[in-house]
Amino acid sequence: MGTETKPLKLMIEAFLFASDRPITANEIHSWLPDAALPDIRQSLEELLNDYGNMGRSFSLRQVAQGYQFRTKAEYAPYVLQMLKASPARLSRAALETLAIIAYKQPILRQEIERLRGVDVGGILRTLLEKNLIRIMGRKNLPGKPLIYGTTRRFLEVFDLKNINSLPKLKEIKGLVSNEEQTEPTSEEGFRTGEPGEEKTGTEQGQAGAETCPATED
Amino acid sequence: MTDNYEVKLEIFEGPLDLLIHLIHKNEVDIFDIPIATITDQYLEYLDMMKALNIDVAGDFLVMASTLVHIKSKMLLPAKEDEEKDPRIEITRPLLEYMRFKEIAEDLSDREILDRDVFSRRLSPEFLAQVKDEDPQLDVNLFQLMDAFKRIMEQRLPGAQFKLKLAQWSIKEKTEVIIALLKKKGSIFFHDVFDADRNVSELIVTFLALLELVHAGLVKVFQPDAKSEIRLIPSFDENGETTNGYRDKTAQIDD
Repeated sequence: MGTETKPLKLMIEAFLFASDRPITANEIHSWLPDAALPDIRQSLEELLNDYGNMGRSFSLRQVAQGYQFRTKAEYAPYVLQMLKASPARLSRAALETLAIIAYKQPILRQEIERLRGVDVGGILRTLLEKNLIRIMGRKNLPGKPLIYGTTRRFLEVFDLKNINSLPKLKEIKGLVSNEEQTEPTSEEGFRTGEPGEEKTGTEQGQAGAETCPATED
Repeated sequence: MTDNYEVKLEIFEGPLDLLIHLIHKNEVDIFDIPIATITDQYLEYLDMMKALNIDVAGDFLVMASTLVHIKSKMLLPAKEDEEKDPRIEITRPLLEYMRFKEIAEDLSDREILDRDVFSRRLSPEFLAQVKDEDPQLDVNLFQLMDAFKRIMEQRLPGAQFKLKLAQWSIKEKTEVIIALLKKKGSIFFHDVFDADRNVSELIVTFLALLELVHAGLVKVFQPDAKSEIRLIPSFDENGETTNGYRDKTAQIDD
């Protein structure tokens, strides 16, 4: 084992290969402080291409603002056989609730229930247990209701680069109203945002300002 | 009532699901719902649920009364000043619900981790070993309060908690802490108070730290019970939390 410097791209490849979670350019920079961030990004980009063109059963994917090796979907049955596991499943109700939270976050339970027309207490618990959603705080309303949002794990599980890469919310056709129809109420404003666009503090402030620290139940 | 069969009608999880089913079954336009027909079928279904001893959730009954109300409104001649179609009361929530159903399907079509795609798994033995080497106790609020009390006693023995006009805002102090973390990476708990000169400043710094922990920008841990509390940043250079959300500091106000 020589101590001479190895090619940056291959050092990064080693990290990616050995990691069990997506790793970000910034993390790599913290492990290799001598490497410049733009060079790290460049290497990651090259690795993405390399593995994309290799025709292997896995590729490098951009998820949750990081990079991770993942097997391709067509090999799922074989991997499941090896893992002796059944595929992770979410009920349709859980998926619908998750969809609402993803697009409308920060959102209160009562708003989710208004949209779904049913009680979602049990589903919220399941989603919290699976670490797909999180409690973002409490709203300054009577009863201090909890505010929900999605987690980084949500991005990982659903193969999303970041929250902005959720597919665009479709317009409701034929119902033109002055009320909030398609605009998300999200503090991130992610529907309007181009990737990398700077969000202003006030944009977030309107939704976030009313929150106060969440306490454990 | 002794024989209680749990009949799970998954497709009619709620009143909106049932309505969508009826609309599809009758092949009608959602913008022109034949309200009398749909209402009758809806009520029939509720009767069927009752006959099957299925607990009819309150949500179903609320929708039933809404439908009946709309139906009666439709029978009355429309008033001159009333331009709104009474059916909008169910059309709108239905459309919104259908939109999220569609998104849920889109989500389900994605390459889902541990269903369609798989990532590397480190062996549990290795992970356990890593844990042994670098145990990180989560620090709770009370431990933080204790640690803060000790700092107060060290820095300002005998000081009283007297709140004066704040010279420092929490927002300013959060920025100071973030700058410190950006510069040094991981720091000790007491480090954040190094620049503080008086009681109110110490308190503001402490509150700022709590805000940062709450916003998920700072992680607090102790390698073991006896060692000093450490703070580590959990944001990247753009001020994004590692959770993937945009700069939380912007929403911390004093």
